[in-house]
Amino acid sequence: MGSEKLIYLDNNSTTPCDPRAVEAMLPYFHQIPGNAASRNHPFGWQAEEAVDYAREQIANLLAVESKEIIFTSGATEADNLGIKGVFEMYSRKGNHIITLKTEHKAILDACKKVEKMGGQVTYLDVMNDGRVDLAALEAAITDKTVLISIMWANNETGVIQPMKEIGELCEKHGVLFMSDATQAVGKIKTHPKELGIHLMAFTAHKMYGPKGVGALYVNRKNPRVKVTSQMDGGGHERGMRSGTLNVTGIVGFGKAAEIAMNEMDADAARLSILRDKLENAFKDTLEEIYVNGNVEHRMPHVTNISFKHVEGEGLMMTFNQNIAVSSGSACTSASLEPSYVLIALGLGDDLAHSSLRFSLGRFTTEEEIDQTITMISKGVNHMRDLSPIWEMYKEGIDLDAVEWSEH
Amino acid sequence: MAYSEKLIEHFNHPKNVGTLDKSKNTVGTGLVGAPECGDVMRLQIEVDEVSGMIKDAKFKTFGCGSAIASSSLATEWLKGKSIEEALTIDNMAIVEELALPPVKIHCSVLAEDAIKSAIADYKSKNA
Repeated sequence: MGSEKLIYLDNNSTTPCDPRAVEAMLPYFHQIPGNAASRNHPFGWQAEEAVDYAREQIANLLAVESKEIIFTSGATEADNLGIKGVFEMYSRKGNHIITLKTEHKAILDACKKVEKMGGQVTYLDVMNDGRVDLAALEAAITDKTVLISIMWANNETGVIQPMKEIGELCEKHGVLFMSDATQAVGKIKTHPKELGIHLMAFTAHKMYGPKGVGALYVNRKNPRVKVTSQMDGGGHERGMRSGTLNVTGIVGFGKAAEIAMNEMDADAARLSILRDKLENAFKDTLEEIYVNGNVEHRMPHVTNISFKHVEGEGLMMTFNQNIAVSSGSACTSASLEPSYVLIALGLGDDLAHSSLRFSLGRFTTEEEIDQTITMISKGVNHMRDLSPIWEMYKEGIDLDAVEWSEH
Repeated sequence: MAYSEKLIEHFNHPKNVGTLDKSKNTVGTGLVGAPECGDVMRLQIEVDEVSGMIKDAKFKTFGCGSAIASSSLATEWLKGKSIEEALTIDNMAIVEELALPPVKIHCSVLAEDAIKSAIADYKSKNA
């Protein structure tokens, strides 16, 4: 490991907690120890007040009412509560859910569970740029459809879905609209009411808050949406999610939301410049690189790039003592299957294996991007010098015509 | 996942990277794996016509660190061996030498396949 500072470009996995959020949380570990559900003494009142304030901070960020925020342990739980909770609550109305093949596993696996419970789920393909085909979406709606769940921004590519148009389709057909907005909340404007979104899952640790706390936004009026609880107990969170509230985490979540509201536009503007600098530097100095997914409708801090004829995990080993990114190659998994998200975009397995995801964040500096450009370009060249298929490509051999020995 | 020092050394400073003239009768070439699977190894041996010993070995690999280290190690072990000795190189010896984790055992299997494939090519040229 070099003496230089580690460069963290994996902010879509998790973000560092903002020191201002940490500071806000500290008193709630010891000095203010109450349970927000303790109604009969000042310890409980103080905790409840802190939770109410955080709920307000989060509601402000989303331009919703604070009562519409249901706290959970994170986005995975919020996704599960939304999918399974709607399925159970609206079982008399229908049993069909529509989602995308490129959703996060928390949505896909919750949908698989719904199928086991007797539901029907349509997993729609996306177009080659990663966006939903609206005509296909509308065509998939049946009189049994109760819910359409489409993520706001994809975790691997940063591609943003046409939320307004999807909301209009849902309105037209009287279907509930849910969005896993984990990667979007706190980074770009996410006002569910403007777009006809009825349920929205998100989490603190992707927006510079602490891990272990998330939320599901549930629309209260026109229509009044309810979900069947998946965690039963003391009836917290209006009966939709029991369990003692993570007061400390919620306070940090609220502070993170407040900071995001004030700073996300400036963060986004700065990070998109750095992201573009990174992308352009690779395009200018390296051959055969491909940016995956729609580049117009994309999160400002994310880029997913395939470095052709170089395997992503091997490439990462050339710099992972210094730079943290994530790879679409799954050479570490026994399945050897590359990213299902990139495959759904129509990439060949070879390009999917060659991909890296760079996700910048609030604490990323230009100097770090400059170092990243240098180190990764060097890594790509090193790996290409080692790569037999790069050599074959350079010799003009048609790689598709080669008979590979599959293993 | 933490890799062994030997593996990292082979990855950072791979031995015997390169290309031998595959048109020569003394050279055997093995190309195994597929880009779709995330691993392609090309391993080549050059056999001394007089002694029958492997006098040179080269590789190029598209793959993860374990695949690159496995092929680098394989070329080192091949040099100076007879064809018969080379055929006894077992993938588990590579696993042990590099301390490959279970999910990476396929990399050593691929290296063994590449050795066998290169030898088969050499033999078919000199049958």
